[in-house]
Amino acid sequence: MADGPEEIGRLIGLMARLPGMGPRSARRAVLHLVKKRSQVLLPLAEAMKAVGESVRPCVACGNLATSDLCPICANPKRATGTLCVVADVADLWAMERSQAFQGRYHVLGGLLSALDAIGPDELGIPKLVARVTEEELTEIILALPATIDGQTTAHYIADALPELNVTSLAQGVPIGGELDFLDDGTISAALRARARV
Amino acid sequence: MPHLSTLTLSHFRSWRRAQLPFDGRIVAIHGANGAGKTNLIEAISLLSPGRGLRRGSAEEFARRPEALGWKIAAELDSGQELETSAEPGASRAVRIGGKAAPQVALASELRMLWLVPSMDRLFIEGAEGRRRFLDRAAMSFEPAHAEATLAYDKAMRERNRLLKDMVRDAHWYEALEGQMAAAGARIQAGRARTISALMAAQNAAETAFPAATLSLIHPEAGPQGSDEGLRRLFAEGRRRDMAAGRTLDGPHRADLAAIWAEKAMPAADCSTGEQKALLISLILANARALAADGPAPLLLLDEVAAHLDAARRAALYDEIHALGAQAFLTGTGPELFDELGERALRLQITEEEGESHAHRH
Repeated sequence: MADGPEEIGRLIGLMARLPGMGPRSARRAVLHLVKKRSQVLLPLAEAMKAVGESVRPCVACGNLATSDLCPICANPKRATGTLCVVADVADLWAMERSQAFQGRYHVLGGLLSALDAIGPDELGIPKLVARVTEEELTEIILALPATIDGQTTAHYIADALPELNVTSLAQGVPIGGELDFLDDGTISAALRARARV
Repeated sequence: MPHLSTLTLSHFRSWRRAQLPFDGRIVAIHGANGAGKTNLIEAISLLSPGRGLRRGSAEEFARRPEALGWKIAAELDSGQELETSAEPGASRAVRIGGKAAPQVALASELRMLWLVPSMDRLFIEGAEGRRRFLDRAAMSFEPAHAEATLAYDKAMRERNRLLKDMVRDAHWYEALEGQMAAAGARIQAGRARTISALMAAQNAAETAFPAATLSLIHPEAGPQGSDEGLRRLFAEGRRRDMAAGRTLDGPHRADLAAIWAEKAMPAADCSTGEQKALLISLILANARALAADGPAPLLLLDEVAAHLDAARRAALYDEIHALGAQAFLTGTGPELFDELGERALRLQITEEEGESHAHRH
């Protein structure tokens, strides 16, 4: 048997399917877990069990939560009338890390793609439209990727909400970035969006 | 003018291992059929973005039967190092100056134009080949043209899927058509600029090759140029497109019309030799237009000499030499390159037991 007892082989097989992992790194990780049984393996197993039992999507925004509403949706201070639309929870986390946005979110869980059979209903866009009146929103900020699918989704949402102020994040030179390292598309976008100093 | 000073091939098609030094002169490559001449210039073509001059896949490039990974490395006279390679089953990777880089970055290191025998039927066969020819010329002037084409194609594939699935969500169509229109307008504008640049370069040059009058034509006359016009075209065509299950009209249907200016004869009606002369004329015009505001491009001319009489051949060599371009020419016999004299470095390619070898003389 190549990977030890059957249970270990099964664990390696599961770990190898995780993003960023392969069979080799999964074997290393599992060996490490087994060696550090009390410090790492058992606490990890407990943490995974807890997450598995309690974590679910927030009914309002799609963020990860341990109750019906996530902490952001449950916090009345964040009802600012501004909503930020992101493709994934990872994008929501990135926005939160910046501490620059005080409003609430809407997580689409993907992007419009006819080729991948992801349509407006799969993304919960009708729910987003309903939130506009329910929560008396005044502005929707689209923080979507600058890809074809991202831009299609952005246009779709803007079209679906003609009465609302729909804005999108700017594209251009990153903070601390040097022009020499930018691609031509980013430089032209930055030039178009230039601002008075 | 940047040129290749060394080319190293490893397990690429018929080449097991070779290191070839160049000195900036024209490179005249001769050898029997199947010796590996085209493989050599195909390797050079992979130092530009895309699938190379035979539109091959990373897997086809691997030397058989070993089917190990392959690698092409080049050093430019500036000292810059370009490298492209693929492991078995993986897509091709690019390194510039030893650092991993996206394929498109190659376009800013080396500009390259090629003419291969499969293009001989360009004026006779379908519009797709002519569109690709024009778009390649446009990319040689403006590398961003490639992004516009990719964006247009991707949005159109999405729209075609909606049409095929009979989806009737107007917002979704508008979102995709908006992107198709924006990219399509950029494509059409880039094509129009390319046609003017090629025509101007033809008219300004003293050349032994015939000038072609070029124009962009379209099967359905419509408001083609502007973003707004395209948006309307797609919106109005939705019902008809849905019946067909695909996008019937747009910049992806445009065609390049070429007329032999002096005789006022469409290129498709010209003789085979005349068509070849027109193609050479366009490639030279493209190279001249590029050389006018930057370094001369690398030219890869596969089996070009064979179709020309001695006078035209001599004229071609003179014109390439005057451009100052590093050109790689292939032909079956060394006599095809006699007119080049001292202006060329000569390489003979031979094949032994399925392996190509280069001999300098």
